[in-house]
Amino acid sequence: MTVVQTETEIPLEGFVGEVFKQLGDAVLEVHQCEARRGIVRIDPRRTVEVAKKMMAMQGSRLATATGIEVRDGIDVLYHWAFEPAGAVVTLKVLARRPELEVDSIADVVFAGNWIEREMHDLLGANFRSHPDMRRLILDDSWPEGVYPLRKDFDQVEDRPPLPPTQSSPDVATDGREGK
Amino acid sequence: MSHRTVVNIGPFHPLQEEAEFYQLYVEGETVVDMDVRISYNHRGIEKLDESKTFDQVPFVVERVCGICSASHPLAYVQAVEEIAHVQVPERALYLRTIVNELERIQSHMLWVGLAGHFLGYNTVFMWAWKYREPCTDALEIATGSRVSYANCKIGGVRRDMTNEQLKAIDQAVTEQQEPLEMLTKAVLDDPVLHARLKNVGVLTPEDAKSYGALGPTVRGSGIPIDVRRDDPYAAYDRVDWEVITAPGGDVFGKAVVRLLECFEAIKIIKQCVKDIPGGEIDAKVEAIPPGEGIGRVEAPRGETFHYVRSDGSNRPVRHKIRAPSFNNVPTFKASCIGLQIPDVAITLASVDPCYSCTERMCVAVDAQSRKPMYNFAELVKLSQQKTQRLLKQW
Repeated sequence: MTVVQTETEIPLEGFVGEVFKQLGDAVLEVHQCEARRGIVRIDPRRTVEVAKKMMAMQGSRLATATGIEVRDGIDVLYHWAFEPAGAVVTLKVLARRPELEVDSIADVVFAGNWIEREMHDLLGANFRSHPDMRRLILDDSWPEGVYPLRKDFDQVEDRPPLPPTQSSPDVATDGREGK
Repeated sequence: MSHRTVVNIGPFHPLQEEAEFYQLYVEGETVVDMDVRISYNHRGIEKLDESKTFDQVPFVVERVCGICSASHPLAYVQAVEEIAHVQVPERALYLRTIVNELERIQSHMLWVGLAGHFLGYNTVFMWAWKYREPCTDALEIATGSRVSYANCKIGGVRRDMTNEQLKAIDQAVTEQQEPLEMLTKAVLDDPVLHARLKNVGVLTPEDAKSYGALGPTVRGSGIPIDVRRDDPYAAYDRVDWEVITAPGGDVFGKAVVRLLECFEAIKIIKQCVKDIPGGEIDAKVEAIPPGEGIGRVEAPRGETFHYVRSDGSNRPVRHKIRAPSFNNVPTFKASCIGLQIPDVAITLASVDPCYSCTERMCVAVDAQSRKPMYNFAELVKLSQQKTQRLLKQW
C-alpha cells in the first residue's frame, strides 16, 4: 500500500484505519483518515472484491455513492457507513476517459443498484455487468449522450426540446383543445 | 400456472397523491413481481446548487422536501462545517435540535394519518392530523413558518428564540402528550389493525442491510441504526433519549417505531428547552477552504446524506443529496413479493415514501372569471397574518 500525501503522511489509526488495513493492497492512496471519516482511492480493477470485503464487515452498509466529473474521467465515490461506530468510509474509484467504465457493485449490495443507474443517467458513467441498466432519472425521450450533471452542460442553453405531445388523433382534431 | 397480468398504480398514485408509477405483475390476487418508475418530478437541485454560493444553498435544499425541510439544510451545513472546521456555538446546537424534533413529530403524525387513510380507517386519519396541527403551530412560533423554516446557516442558526417562544413550544409538546398516548393506544390495541398489519410486508434484517434501508424502516426490523446516537450532531449527545426498535420487520413494527419515536421527540424537546444555554447563535465563517465533507442527519424517514466538495471558491463544486426514500423505496422488492394487492398498497406506504414533489404551487382559478382566487403575494400576506396571530396568543 502506498500512502501518498504531500504535506505529512497520514497515519492509519482508529476505527477507520482498521478498515483501510483490511482492504490491503487494493488501496492506492489514503487521502484522509480521521476518527470518523476516511477517504481512500482504490484500484478500479478490484472494485467488486473490495465491495464484498466491505459488505462482510461488521455493521457496514452502503449509504450511497457520488459521481464527480474530474479531469481524467469520473470519480465514483462509494460512501460506506458503519454502525454503531458512526464512521463513514469513502472509497474512490476512477472511471477513466474515454470509456468511463468501472465494475458494478449492484450484484454485491442492492443499495448500489439505483445509485449506479442514477450516475449513468446524469453523468454518463458506465457500470460493467450491472443487472438492470434502464433509465431511472431521465425521461425516455431525453436524447442519448446528453448528461445534465456534466460541467459543460448548461441548464438553459443545452436543455433539449420537449418531446411532441403524445395525444391520440381524435383528441387533437376535435377543435376544442390543442389548436 | 395461472394467467399473469399487470396492474398499474400510477403514474399519479391515487392514494399517496404523488408522482410514482408501480407496476404489479399479478397471478390472481397475488403479486409475483414488481417494477417501479420514479423521477417524474426531478428538479435538478444538485446541478442548481453548483451555481449558488455556499450561503444560498440551504434555502435551495430545504425545498428538496416540504416535510423534511429542517433535515436537508442541517445535513448540508454540517458537511460544509466539516470542510471549514467550524465550531458551532452550544445554543445553536440546541436550537437546531428543537426544530428537528418538532419536524419529526409532525412527519410521523402525518404518516400515521395517511396509513389509516390507506387502510380505509379514516378516524385515525382525522385524529392524527388534528393532533399534528399544534405541532406545526409550534414550528411556526419557533421559525415563522409551517414548512421551509429557513432556520439553518453555516456556523449556526439564523434566528434566536426568546424565552416566551421556548415556553410556548414546551407547552405545545406537553399538551400533545396526552392525545398522542390515546392515539397510540387506540392504534396499537386495535384488533383490526393487528389483523391488517401484523406479518404483512416483512423486511428481514439481512435484506435491510443489503438494500441499505434507513430510519423507521430498518428500526422496525429490529436493527438499532440511528445517526443521532451513532454519529451525534446538534445536541443529541447532551440529552437523554432512546433509540426505538421493534421486532418483526412488518408494517406493524414500523408503525410502533414511528408512534413511540414521537414520545422520545417530546422528551428531547423538553430537555432542550430546560437545558438550553445562553450565548451566541452563530460562529463567524470567513471562507470555505478546499476539501470534502459529509453531513448526516436522522430525518423522520431515515438518514439524510449530503456530500459537499469545495475547491476554495465561493460555490460548491459538487453537492450530492441522498434522501432516505432513495434507499427505502427499493425494499419493496424484498417485502412485497407474494402479497395480495391490498397488502402491497400499505406495505409500499409503510416506508413513508417521499417523492420530493413539492416544487409546484397549485393555483385555484375561479370558473367564471378565470382569475386566480389567491395570488402569491396574497398567500404570503395570509401566512404572515396567521404568524402574527399565533405570536399574539402566546
